[in-house]
Amino acid sequence: MKKTLLTICAAVALLAFVPFLAFETAAAKPAVINVYNWGQYISDGSDGLLDVNAAFTEATGIEVNYSTYESNESLYTKLKTGGSSYDVIIPSDYMIARLISEGMLQKLNYDNIPNYASIGESFKNTLYDPNNEYSVPYFWGTVGIIYNTRYVDTVTSWDALWDERYSGKILMFDNPRDAFAAAELALGIDVNTEDESDLRAAAELLAAQKPLVQSYVMDQVFDQMERAEAWIAPYYAGDFITMHRENPDLAFCFPEEGFNLYIDAMCIPTSSTNKEAAEAYINFMCSFEAAAANAAYTGYGSPVNGVAESLELTEYERGIAYPSDEILSKGVAYLTLSKEATQIMDSLWLDVRTDASTTSWVTYAVATAAVVIIAAVYLAYRSNKKRKRAAKRRADADGAR
Amino acid sequence: MRVRGLASPYLAWMSIFIILPLCAVVYYAFTDSVTGEFTLRNIVSIGNYWPILIKSIWLALVSSLICLILGYPVALAIARAKQSRQRFLILLVMLPMSMSFLLRTIAWVSLLEDTGIINNILGKFGISPLPLIRNNGAVVLGMVYNYLPYMILPVYTVLSHIDPSLIEAAKDLGCNRTQVFLKVILPLSVSGIISGVSMVFVPAVSTFYISKKLGGSGTTMIGDVIESQFKTAYNPNLGAAISLVLMVMVFICIGLMERFSGSEEREALM
Amino acid sequence: MSRALKIILIVVLFFLYLPIILLIAGSFNTGTDLAVFKEFTFSNYVALFRDRTLIPLLLNSLIVAVLSSVIATALGTAAALGIRSFGKRFRSAVMTVTNIPMTNPDIVTGVSLSLLFVLGGKLFDRSNVLGFTTLLLAHITFNLPYTILSVMPRVTNMDPSLREAAMDLGCTPVQAFFKVVIHEILPGIVSGLLIAFTMSLDDFVISYFVYGPSFATLPIEIYSYTKKPLPPKIYALFTLLFAMLLAVLIVMNIVSGRADKRPRCSNITQLVFRRKDVEKT
Repeated sequence: MKKTLLTICAAVALLAFVPFLAFETAAAKPAVINVYNWGQYISDGSDGLLDVNAAFTEATGIEVNYSTYESNESLYTKLKTGGSSYDVIIPSDYMIARLISEGMLQKLNYDNIPNYASIGESFKNTLYDPNNEYSVPYFWGTVGIIYNTRYVDTVTSWDALWDERYSGKILMFDNPRDAFAAAELALGIDVNTEDESDLRAAAELLAAQKPLVQSYVMDQVFDQMERAEAWIAPYYAGDFITMHRENPDLAFCFPEEGFNLYIDAMCIPTSSTNKEAAEAYINFMCSFEAAAANAAYTGYGSPVNGVAESLELTEYERGIAYPSDEILSKGVAYLTLSKEATQIMDSLWLDVRTDASTTSWVTYAVATAAVVIIAAVYLAYRSNKKRKRAAKRRADADGAR
Repeated sequence: MRVRGLASPYLAWMSIFIILPLCAVVYYAFTDSVTGEFTLRNIVSIGNYWPILIKSIWLALVSSLICLILGYPVALAIARAKQSRQRFLILLVMLPMSMSFLLRTIAWVSLLEDTGIINNILGKFGISPLPLIRNNGAVVLGMVYNYLPYMILPVYTVLSHIDPSLIEAAKDLGCNRTQVFLKVILPLSVSGIISGVSMVFVPAVSTFYISKKLGGSGTTMIGDVIESQFKTAYNPNLGAAISLVLMVMVFICIGLMERFSGSEEREALM
Repeated sequence: MSRALKIILIVVLFFLYLPIILLIAGSFNTGTDLAVFKEFTFSNYVALFRDRTLIPLLLNSLIVAVLSSVIATALGTAAALGIRSFGKRFRSAVMTVTNIPMTNPDIVTGVSLSLLFVLGGKLFDRSNVLGFTTLLLAHITFNLPYTILSVMPRVTNMDPSLREAAMDLGCTPVQAFFKVVIHEILPGIVSGLLIAFTMSLDDFVISYFVYGPSFATLPIEIYSYTKKPLPPKIYALFTLLFAMLLAVLIVMNIVSGRADKRPRCSNITQLVFRRKDVEKT
């Protein structure tokens, strides 16, 4: 019995090394790329649409390691922390400019991306990449307010996110840039302000909103809004269309004070070890089939010529995914803030999120101390009593002797 | 004998993967994120997070106590069950532990939400939704749920090793059931209680997922702060500093508890 | 009294299993919301088997768990044998360090290892250091204390004369080791292997800090799923894993119950024991 167990163990140990070796060789093969994208931002084969990553592998033989992030800031953290190399990332405009200025992106070889020609002219020579060297647009979109018409009166302004009637039913962005922009727009401040007092004012407004906020979320917004667990949330227009199809009670508003208009674009970070395969991926994403499937799945605005017209959207949906020029004129782009301003914003945001300053910790401290002291006294009392008893026993024994 | 040499691979491993990482934490905690020079700034700025740290300790303590109150009778019930059934019951207690705690926590979310199962049922009786989620209570519930087995198992192990003749003796000497429990069983199980409390307390104080899912906008725990430093806010130096403080604190707590439980055992042997 | 205890036991078990029942029900639900059961279906299971990412990730998890538990057990057994012959001072120093990963909050262990790996990556100029190797190293590291502590008591209780007797009977030291020593400590090795395997399979927190884009495990993927609308095929996967584990545990319990003639301490409870002993040492 024991002998067989032993042989089994040995066999398992030996077998265990086989995949190890296999993986080492797999890692050495060049045809794998690491793609790092936003969550819910690619057609994954559901809803009868094209599974884009699988189609890419089929067309080129290049395997895709696909993983997702929640915000530009967590993407930045991941890249900056190091240790992981990515071949294709899809940051937003302001983050692209920041990454370029910090030397974290590679220049693309557009000869390997022939489909770049089909990108609309209005998405070229942008502020974040003026000479079209580092990026290829993936999607564009707007930020607005999504609300449940059953519970919330018609929304026209960012102020609705501070409306106490909806206390506990408000969701808020879980990333500093979008959250600050909401507060800044509500205050009538420029979303690209670098002035410290402006940023502080926005942080104060966010802190004031905190007691009303149900939770700070990114893609959990889908579940929360569709099930009416939350009633009002600022989010991206493309995702509204997905939610609206699940729950027709939801409505979308382009706030009158203005709103963010953004472009997310594909880039290759300097840590990439497989630039040509990455460019092939970018090229594939710009092909009509891939772009159309992605646009249909995500609901975001595609920069690829002809895709927008080909989509099956209702009049209402089209008005939100591809708004009129009149509405778009109110959109503002985020620009990269100076290092100092970014730092201030990040630390203010952390304060808002962690609520360090306002937690009434004294009660907790007193209560904790009380419990600890009671436990300590009890245990000390017990061991004291025992010691006495033991001493007494010893004394008795001595006496007896 | 060359048996001694058998430990050398482990000693090497230990120094590389246990001691060196701790040195890395200390190094990060005392250096500046940009310049890489020595600084005390990270340690000083932990001051901002004292309230959160204290609150985390409090919530973890409350969860440990609730685990004790719930877990002790369960352990006792299992220890008193028939021999063959004991094994089965312990299995039942352990099984949930090895299933994804992420998904089990998600299941609690859908139980407790305003539109969740419990409130749906209450709604059928015309009761308006109760605030069951996104408060400290929900976080404590999540921690109790996840870490209760860690309390039951050590207490059970100690209880099942109490010599039944001790209890017989106490009964013969005229103790009633309550007295037997208070004078014999409870004192003999203190070491199990202490080990259970520490096994619940440590993961509870450092959790970040449970507070994220079951907590609301105002129930940040110290684990959340550490996680966000490494995953979103890019400030590993501050994160390392907070980790360092958390670690030192946990070691002090465990050290103290072990001192007590150690002395208890020595006495039990006397 | 006894009845009250029974009631508490049943209530607590219900409390422990309620979410699991809910997840299992969710796997047969046509809707995505756990709170509302729409209609019975197997389509989530179909979707699970069609999924190209979840099953490979499950395999990844298994690979890491098998490798890390086997390596940790080998290293830990050797260490336990060796540590025994150390002087008292040195031995207690080594055991203190060994306890660190166990007492430390998981998040601190994860953070410290990730800092080490990233620093190492910078040192050797490897931008993609995080991946399979780091994940494996981290898992071995947090498994080691458990394996050492489950083998250690066996080593301590081993009668040294057994080995000497074997050598007197003509065994070489190596033969004596494999024929006698291993046999004596085998139960400790097996239980160490089992704890290490389950710990590694289920670990999220430490893996979360040391995984890389090229290699993730199932809990990490589940975590990223819980931040998005959850596809119910995850519940199907959960249900299957639960069923498998249940089957394995029942079989193991029956087997160990038959093999084990001592009254208490089935294999399973022994595992727990060790965990508890660990806290004490």
